[in-house]
Amino acid sequence: MSALVVPAPTSARQLSKPTLWLTAGVSAFVAFGVFGVLMAAGISEGFNIVAAVFASAILFVLLSYVMSRIVEGRRKAADRLATGLVTTAFIVALLPLISLIWTALVNGLPRFDALFFSSSMRNVVGEGGGGLHAIIGTLEITLAATIISVPIGIMTAIYLVEYGKGRLAKAITFFVDVMTGIPSIVAGLFAFALFAIFFGPGIRFGIGGAVALSILMIPVVVRSTEEMLKLVPNELREASYALGVPKWLTIVKIVIPTAIGGIITGVMLSISRIIGETAPLLIIVGMSTSMNYNLFSDRMATLPVFVYTQYASQGSDAQAYIDRAWTGALVLILIVMALNLIARLVSKLLAPKGLR
Amino acid sequence: MSKRIEVKDLNVYYGKFKAVEDVSLTIEPRTVTAFIGPSGCGKSTFLRTLNRMHEVIPGASVQGEVLIDGKNLYDADVDPVMVRRQVGMVFQRPNPFPTMSIKDNVLAGVKLNNGKISKSDADHLVEKSLKGANLWKEVRDRLDLPGSGLSGGQQQRLCIARAIAVSPEVILMDEPCSALDPISTLAIEDLIEELKAKYTIVIVTHNMQQASRVSDKTAFFNIAGTGEPGKLIEFDDTTTIFENPHVQATEDYISGRFG
Ligand SMILES: Nc1ncnc2c1ncn2[C@@H]1O[C@H](COP(=O)(O)OP(=O)(O)OP(=O)(O)O)[C@@H](O)[C@H]1O
Ligand SMILES: [Mg+2]
Repeated sequence: MSALVVPAPTSARQLSKPTLWLTAGVSAFVAFGVFGVLMAAGISEGFNIVAAVFASAILFVLLSYVMSRIVEGRRKAADRLATGLVTTAFIVALLPLISLIWTALVNGLPRFDALFFSSSMRNVVGEGGGGLHAIIGTLEITLAATIISVPIGIMTAIYLVEYGKGRLAKAITFFVDVMTGIPSIVAGLFAFALFAIFFGPGIRFGIGGAVALSILMIPVVVRSTEEMLKLVPNELREASYALGVPKWLTIVKIVIPTAIGGIITGVMLSISRIIGETAPLLIIVGMSTSMNYNLFSDRMATLPVFVYTQYASQGSDAQAYIDRAWTGALVLILIVMALNLIARLVSKLLAPKGLR
Repeated sequence: MSKRIEVKDLNVYYGKFKAVEDVSLTIEPRTVTAFIGPSGCGKSTFLRTLNRMHEVIPGASVQGEVLIDGKNLYDADVDPVMVRRQVGMVFQRPNPFPTMSIKDNVLAGVKLNNGKISKSDADHLVEKSLKGANLWKEVRDRLDLPGSGLSGGQQQRLCIARAIAVSPEVILMDEPCSALDPISTLAIEDLIEELKAKYTIVIVTHNMQQASRVSDKTAFFNIAGTGEPGKLIEFDDTTTIFENPHVQATEDYISGRFG
């Protein structure tokens, strides 16, 4: 009767939490110790914290695998190994980012002061001066690029998802893909060539930069919006049609509101993608040391180009220039972070409840 | 308010594939008609031709006539959007709009089409439609919460409320109870019984008891084999179909010998 095989209870012996923590502690101690000795012996220059963290992680994965193999058996050990490797990969991906932000903070904070945010570089040759003109320029040009790209990008995506079929849609998709790969310098040259036709070869102005950036931005907006629109269940469109709602109203009132959170996230990401572009702006916008609020005439300063010029042509007091460059970079990172936070917030607020 | 539907020699295609062949039948006003038949025989496909929802699918096409009160839906001068305002539809899976509250879901058809409706009219319509769909008591104190927060059965009744809020003349239901528990199913069957007084109702179902409980007429569709088009085998009073069908295949299907 009772031929049912009762599954063996999972191994009662398990590595306890404290043991694991201890292992982690030991790994970290050993790794940091080794790097500490290396430094003390003068083999490595300074204490390499990134390498130490990485070595601890690897050591921990290996140690816990061996221990788990002994105590918990094969399956559990494999599980721990896989989890450990994935986590380590994650840490490896994260380390450069953290290191980068750390470096930017350390080098950028000295000039992260009121003066930086309240003055331009007009008539400044040594210390002092600031990047207000570059911040304004970056914000203006990015905003203009966004205003150009978002409607074009979103409408293209709507066409592709809701209307497009056959050759034209395929061709558009193909060209969007090609556009995604356009090197930014080419976009800059294109904008320059375009405006040189109308205004002569000496032309430099902000809006030209915005056009160049749009070329880089549009494909990103198209792609991300397309994905978001595809995520909207077809049943919602059908429900709307079945109520006698015309197609365009269905798109405007049902499809887009359902996808709006994702669309906004995509737009924000595309802004982050272009806000740090340097090459196209160097060509068509140029650089200026003084304030220029007017997108439509004369050179403008932008943060990436500001960082570049500060670093590339250091004046009498080199350190002052380098400090300003780092602060410019830090401000750029902060702007991108702020945009991403806003995007998350907005998409959380707008995401339909119960769908995501 | 309800209308007679006459279907004449209808063939329905997906691209080159003929999914339904040569269907002719007449649906009387203020009756409930059930479509039964094995899976894939084209019940949904045929149902969707009755409000021109079929052509929403890329490559889909229809041949033949569907007359509602003598007017062919497929005439060149007929706007499919207007057809769908007269012939409402409830889908197999409840699909309330996730961005909208319960109230806005009910009002969706009216608001999206006409734009303006006074607040008192709107409140009145919401109450009337939700009462019509047997949902009012359950949701009246949370009209402003999202519709996707309701249970499956409640969502389905919300979809029915949404469909009747635009005051259609015909309501098509494609397996409206297939995702629901027996109690919600019963609630919807009772509802169909009530709606019959005002609307012409066509319902697709896999549930024989349901078909015999709610419908006046039953149409049995069948399919010869995969890749073959579905055909209307028998169309008659529900009692006839269930008690002494004329075609052997119908009897086999109903008595559970195949399908
Ligand atoms: N969008 C589509 N594109 C191409 N063929 C389709 C499509 N939808 C359905 N078909 C085909 O049309 C035929 C009829 O399908 P239909 O959905 O109408 O069947 P049904 O009777 O409703 O089945 P069920 O009871 O399973 O819902 C099937 O052969 C199906 O494969
Ligand atoms: Mg079906």
